Amino acid sequence: MNLDLTPEQRAARERFRAFANERIVPFADAWDREEAIPRELIGELAERGWLGSLLPAEVGGAGLDRITYGLLIEEIGRACSSTRSLLTVHDMVGHALRRWGKPEVKERHLRALARGERLGALALSEPNVGSDAASIETQAAEDGENFVLSGRKKWTTFGQIADLFLVFAKVAGQPAAFLVERDTPGLSVVPIHRMHGTRAAMLAELHLEECRVPRASMLGRPGFGISHVAATALELGRYSVAWGSVGILQACLEASQKYAAERVQFGAPLAEHPLIRALLAEMIANVRAGRLLCLRAGFLQERSDPAAFAETMVAKYFCSVAAAKGASDAVQIQGANGCAPDSPVARYLRDSKVMEIIEGSTQIQQLAIPRFDFPEF
Amino acid sequence: MAEIAEIDDTQAKIKEFLSRFFKNHDLQPSEDIFSLGFVNSLLAMQLVAFVEKEFGLTVEDEDLDLDNFRSIDAISALIARKGGTSAAA
Repeated sequence: MNLDLTPEQRAARERFRAFANERIVPFADAWDREEAIPRELIGELAERGWLGSLLPAEVGGAGLDRITYGLLIEEIGRACSSTRSLLTVHDMVGHALRRWGKPEVKERHLRALARGERLGALALSEPNVGSDAASIETQAAEDGENFVLSGRKKWTTFGQIADLFLVFAKVAGQPAAFLVERDTPGLSVVPIHRMHGTRAAMLAELHLEECRVPRASMLGRPGFGISHVAATALELGRYSVAWGSVGILQACLEASQKYAAERVQFGAPLAEHPLIRALLAEMIANVRAGRLLCLRAGFLQERSDPAAFAETMVAKYFCSVAAAKGASDAVQIQGANGCAPDSPVARYLRDSKVMEIIEGSTQIQQLAIPRFDFPEF
Repeated sequence: MAEIAEIDDTQAKIKEFLSRFFKNHDLQPSEDIFSLGFVNSLLAMQLVAFVEKEFGLTVEDEDLDLDNFRSIDAISALIARKGGTSAAA
């Protein structure tokens, strides 16, 4: 067993890290305050092939392997969880389209998604539906060669600016998935402001009022929209959120180590106080354990092992819980300074809470994980 | 005879995979797995991943029919139709 990154993966991580440190870290608190990330940043991410980066070169993607993809998500997530969430949802849509889309719809959109020229967003949650995704109330009625969609979607990350929405709706009681273009008549986008965390993720509510879409825009078939199409998107989403949580935890650790080294109380730096050292030790252990779980999940995904599903779920569960605990401790270490306006650790704490909710809440993971059989390494 | 042996091999592999989810239950070839309770979105995509990886084929849009995944018999028939070959062979 070899747990070392390849020289190429290490070099890629250096590129991701340098970009994050230069182009994201210095501005992330301002974006959080302004509740938006700049278009210029999205252009820079697209230019580097980091939007749709898992999609293969033949459709214009960067064709990253799952481990390198994880390193990208960790570095972007360390800098700004809102920016990381753009990559997550955009990649989920591209991944599901590539897997279950009709050839003509792939032809129309996949290359643009792979190049980041069009942004994808996921429209699954509704005012009355969160974890219980199979109970969606949005309806899709068959009408000749079209489907007519009506309903409301909520908490759509980057819904404010996305060009394509992967919308889940019921066809005669059966869940189905549709790719809906932003300019479809009847679709209106209502921004959601003042979210607790990932505040710059430009969330929106979608109102679908008799949106007519061609039959070919359906991914998969009625009855398989949740179990196969959403599941395909969510499996990648969980992997991405797991790595993003490692990024938040790493940011918490770095901020805590720096503060504990510089801040003197009772005549000694905080880092010399045993109770602070205990918090730092836990953060160090958790970030290393979380990263290993993510690497293991990525390794299984790379070889298309069916066991990757459960392993990814464990990684998402552990990393999101560890990030929330680490961020809470990072604020605790900084005391009032950690609660101040524009404190990065306060942002990490708000953003980490979101990680415990999205792509299957902590409780959903806890219900599911014991049902799997975990093969030995 | 060789063909029969291959079908048996395919069925044995499917049974072994599904047995991870139906512990303490001797799954029969024609038994409806959807009637056993576990089959939900957690198993659905794993089953697709297993079939694709183990038998070297791609489950496509038109294969998405519950009847193709209902039993060991149904899954092995799908694999045979799609010309899947055992990766272990």
